[in-house]
This record gives sequence, structure tokens and C-alpha cells, in this order.
Amino acid sequence: MQTVKMVVTGPFNAGKTAFIQSVSEIDVVSTERKISSAEERIKETTTVAMDFGRITVDEDLVLYLFGTPGQKRFDFMWEILSEGMLGFIVIIDSSRPETFREAKSILETFRAYAPTPYVVAANKQDISDAWEVDDLRIALRIDRNIKFLPCVASDKESVKAVLLELLYSILEEMKEKEEIDK
Amino acid sequence: MALKGNLRDFSVTQLLNLINLARKTGTLTIEGPTEAAWVSFQDGKLIYAQVGNEDGTLTGILLRGGLISGRQARAIKTHASDKDDKSLGLLLINAGYLVQQDILASIRQYFRDIIYKLFTWGEGFFRFDAGVLPPEGRITIRLNLENIIIEGSRRMREWERLRDEVPNLDMALDFVERPGANIRDVNLNVEEWKVVSYVNPKNTITQIAKANVMSELEIRRVVYGLLQAGLVEIVRPDGMPLPAQVKQIKPIDIEQKESLVNRLIQRIRSL
Repeated sequence: MQTVKMVVTGPFNAGKTAFIQSVSEIDVVSTERKISSAEERIKETTTVAMDFGRITVDEDLVLYLFGTPGQKRFDFMWEILSEGMLGFIVIIDSSRPETFREAKSILETFRAYAPTPYVVAANKQDISDAWEVDDLRIALRIDRNIKFLPCVASDKESVKAVLLELLYSILEEMKEKEEIDK
Repeated sequence: MALKGNLRDFSVTQLLNLINLARKTGTLTIEGPTEAAWVSFQDGKLIYAQVGNEDGTLTGILLRGGLISGRQARAIKTHASDKDDKSLGLLLINAGYLVQQDILASIRQYFRDIIYKLFTWGEGFFRFDAGVLPPEGRITIRLNLENIIIEGSRRMREWERLRDEVPNLDMALDFVERPGANIRDVNLNVEEWKVVSYVNPKNTITQIAKANVMSELEIRRVVYGLLQAGLVEIVRPDGMPLPAQVKQIKPIDIEQKESLVNRLIQRIRSL
């Protein structure tokens, strides 16, 4: 049995757990705890180690989705989670500009951990306070070559679209490498 | 959709940069610590600005610019109170009191000063209303935001902020590829030109600072200005090894990997 891994990362309350839950065939193995910090008490619980979702591809292949903890003090987990990943997804809460700087910092950290393809998902596009994807790209200074996708993490089709775009990017990168090797 | 937030999270510099790059048309309203400001843009250019209860009429602007005296301002308000700014401007030019260039220069300076004031606002709610333009009758001009952003950035000297924005001086700089952007159209000062001349993925920011005999603070100031104006971006220097903690994925056969990714794609499509 072969297993592959993708990492879903982003700031606190960006929607990483919901993203994984939307497509995982198992109940997400979540390590959530009640939030202790008053300023982060936007929601009742948060992920402190990792979320863990699974998609069985066939009898020989399983895809695992790992969600990173959103709170900064658990960032020691990031490097461990990033090891051997096929690619990663950075989830951004489009409606909370106060998290954009942190999102960019997380993105840069993961880029440094492993030079794998990644996409950026602008989550919560279904709410009225959400910034447009084009504005977010400029605000976060994301290169035009990086896919920046609108997303609603609770919507399975939306999550599928993001995962597929990441896989297309991985394929494209492999083909480019193949061309260079020739 | 909304473009709103707090300056604490998304600064005036970042907002202007966004409006410039996205070539937005509309009015930005900022509720600052003690007063509010309204700034209008057309295709990413600054066209109008008004702050708090300041007299932003043409008479008020000319008075602030020293083109008319207080007595003349009062006389205009008494005898030409029914005229809007455009009509008043024409009247003053046709009567030979002022020339068009002086009026426009005065308005430009007034708008710029308002924007520079906004740079000092570290907190306040902002909202951008697309398509909303200044009232009819007000004189609008077109000012490139790049130069304003650079000058505004020069005025923002907070060391902490600079260190946040340029955390790692071992990175390099490269020019941003952006359609229509031409560095020759941007007014750079001597220090900025010195840095620009060394912009190359081969040179780290530390090396650029050393070559120009600049302190960390000075180089951060210059790089910050160039970044905010969207002229350069921070890149990993050529040949710089990945951090020691990087764990490379074990190489596997490329065909095998392609097949694996294609299987994943099929599976996710079928979910």
C-alpha cells in the first residue's frame, strides 16, 4: 500500500479543518482543544496538533490530508507535517485582513521547508465581507504563476476544485522537469 | 464584494498599492483616530482627497497654498458663493488673478499632503466603494500613486514595522514583471537608485547594503519603499542552498509519479 500526503495550512480559523472534512471519507481525526486565549476565542475549539483526513484512491494508494495547527505556538509541528508532502494548500480567510500577513508568513515558511507545488485558496468567498481573489493576490503579493482560487471550505465541490488544481500543478511541474531532463 | 478592514491589519501603504496595481476606480473612506478622510481614484490614479472638516473647496485650497490672502478668500466666499470649484477656477483664470498651472499645482499639493497625513494613521476602519466619485463641480486631477507611495514610505520610519516587512536581509531582490510598469517613470532618490542599480537575484540585501555603505535601517527603509511601490520583490538568492532542515522528497521514478498523480486526479473527480 502506497500513501501520499498533502498538507493544508493557513492561519487560525481560516477553515483548514472544514476543508479536510468536506472530502475526507473518514471522520477527520482531529486533535481539537478548547481555546484558552481570549483574543483567539472566535470559535470554541481549534486544532492543536493536526487534522487528519483520508481519501482511498484504490487498493494500492491512499491520499492523506494533514491540516496544520493554526495557532502560532504550535508551529513546531509544521516541519514534521511538511516532510514528504506531495504539495500543499494555503487557506486564507478572505474576510479577515488581520490574518493576511500571517498567511503570507506561513506560506513562505512552507515554501522553505520543501520546494513542492502549492496553491492558495481564498476561503469564505460566500460571505459578504470577503475580499475578491484579485485583491487578495495583490494584498498578499502572490506571484501570477501561483494558482489563487476562490473557495468555500464547507462545499465539497469547491474543495475538490482546489485539490484538483494542486494536482494539475504537480503534474505540470513534473512535465517541466521531464522536458529539462531531456 | 467588500474591500474593508482596519488599518491596523492593512496599512494605508498597502491599500494604495492595491488600488494602484488593481487600477481601481472609486472612493476610499477611512475613519481615522480623530477624523475621517475620503480619497477618490480613477483607474488607480489619485484624483481627489478630502479630510475631516478642513475647507477642501478651491478657495480653501488656494488659501492654504498661499495663492490668495484671507481677505481675498472671504471676498470670494461672499461674492462667488454660488459657484462650484470648476466655475470659480475659470473665473479666476479669465479675470487674470491666477494661472491654471498654479491652481493645479496647489490642488496637487493639497491632495498629496492629505495622503501623507493618512500614512501616519496606524489604526482606523477603511472601506472602498467601487465606482463612487467626488461630487460634481469639484476639480479632479490625476496623480500617479507610485511616487506618493514612495514618499509616504519615506515618512514612515518606524523601525519595528520595517523589520516586520523585511525580516531577512540574506534574501535577494528582483524586478517585478508588470505590464505597463517602467522604472524610468518613477521618481527615485539617490539612495533608491543606488539600491536599484544592484537589484539582481545574485546579490543579497546585505551585500547591497555593504556595497552602498548603508546601515540595516537605511537598507530596510529603501527596500520597503521599493516593495510597496511594487517595483521589486524579495527572492531567494541564486545558488542559495535550501535551509538545512529541508527534507527533500525521496526521488521516485517520474512515470510512476505521474501515474500516481493521475490516479489521484481521477479519484478526486469522482468524489
